[in-house]
Amino acid sequence: MGLAKRIIPCLDVDNGRVVKGVQFVDIRDAGDPVEVAKRYDEQGADEITFLDITASSDNRDTIVHVVEQVAGQVFIPLTVGGGIRTVDDIRRMLNAGADKVGINTAAVHRPEFVREAAEKFGSQCIVVSIDAKCVSGEGEPKKWEIFTHGGRKGTGLDAIEWAIKMVEYGAGEILLTSMDRDGTRDGFDIALTSAICDAVDVPVIASGGVGNLDHLADGIIKGKADAVLAASIFHFGDHTVGEAKAHMASRGIEVRRMAAKPAE
Amino acid sequence: MTKLAVIDYGMGNLHSVSKALEHVADTGVTINVTADPETILSADKVLFPGVGAIRDCMSELHRLELSEVVKECAKTKPFLGVCLGMQALLDSSEENNGIDCLGIIPGTVRHFVHGMKDDDGEKLKIPHMGWNEIFQMTPHPLWKDIEDGSRFYFVHSYYVELAKPDFIAGSTNYGGPFTSALARENVFAMQCHPEKSQHAGLQLLKNFISWDGSV
Repeated sequence: MGLAKRIIPCLDVDNGRVVKGVQFVDIRDAGDPVEVAKRYDEQGADEITFLDITASSDNRDTIVHVVEQVAGQVFIPLTVGGGIRTVDDIRRMLNAGADKVGINTAAVHRPEFVREAAEKFGSQCIVVSIDAKCVSGEGEPKKWEIFTHGGRKGTGLDAIEWAIKMVEYGAGEILLTSMDRDGTRDGFDIALTSAICDAVDVPVIASGGVGNLDHLADGIIKGKADAVLAASIFHFGDHTVGEAKAHMASRGIEVRRMAAKPAE
Repeated sequence: MTKLAVIDYGMGNLHSVSKALEHVADTGVTINVTADPETILSADKVLFPGVGAIRDCMSELHRLELSEVVKECAKTKPFLGVCLGMQALLDSSEENNGIDCLGIIPGTVRHFVHGMKDDDGEKLKIPHMGWNEIFQMTPHPLWKDIEDGSRFYFVHSYYVELAKPDFIAGSTNYGGPFTSALARENVFAMQCHPEKSQHAGLQLLKNFISWDGSV
């Protein structure tokens, strides 16, 4: 026995509200990130990730308030991604109660930002998000490229080389999303996941494409990921985090069983 | 009224620690996040947190004139070191090419070896990040109502190696066993983050709040 593999529900937050339709029937306000985060915490989520998709910079502070509120009630690690561009952005999130921040586009624009962030705050709180797309043709050796802008803009950067570079620069963890699979419910891109996991020494979170519980287990067993991130499979009430853990355990994966609540 | 001081020396985010303490503390407890030596020395109990690199940790402690304050508190008060706040208690650390620490507990802080494998031959990542089991090596008031082998949240690349096994309170496996909690008289320290370890972590903080420092 040893370190458990992690399950991380991801919430997209726009102007302080959960979007991408969380559909719990018995929750008072499924748009309230605090309510939703509490629910996932109760289900046994090992961490929670917030992706801030607020477009207007005027409303950037809304995510800070969300993190503050969640951090006062949910005592598991919290990661915030989306719009993290400066050392000040990171400081604000950590001060609000986030444990890690996800850096994506800003790293592509200026890789040194990752180094500065890691030196300032420690690698343990710097997650580099990698959005990758397969660019090799049929029959060719597999090759993936880094994309930005929701998969619309290619960068010419090779995903594996980029992951290695980001770790050298101080990334403490990689959040790897397959842009080919994101939203498809066809399962993780296993070849991509295992290629990145083989290439780096830091933990890798697999993301993009989860449609059923076997996909989660496959990400760990075949993809060799350290953690799996999913959104819709949990939001739409298809499965609870607890069910996902039970299924992963049935396939021989070590997962965290929740401890008893402290007595009042 | 119990006064609990959380030592604020600029190393990492203390919001989580104080929020978690507030969550489990009853009304008779005041929690003070502070760098003021007087406030810390007059507190009934002290939590010594820390995130980041040991060189910055030690230089901030010295700059804020808190090194002696921490040593003094560790002599008498119920004292809980967390993460870097555990490592700083040792004699020295390998991090940043070797740094002298507070020397309160004999031993050194070492880096996990790259290329470690688990029982199935899979490579073990560094940092050690996630939920791992703590096996209780000695009975202790801070383990009250916490099941042996409960999982806590870890994130670290360095670990404590005690000079003598006498003070091992908890052990965790990562490429072999390492000391994840230590205890000596009124001092308890752990490598994991109880403030991020959900129920088990909150129970430990609750136990710390009601601990009188005796074992």
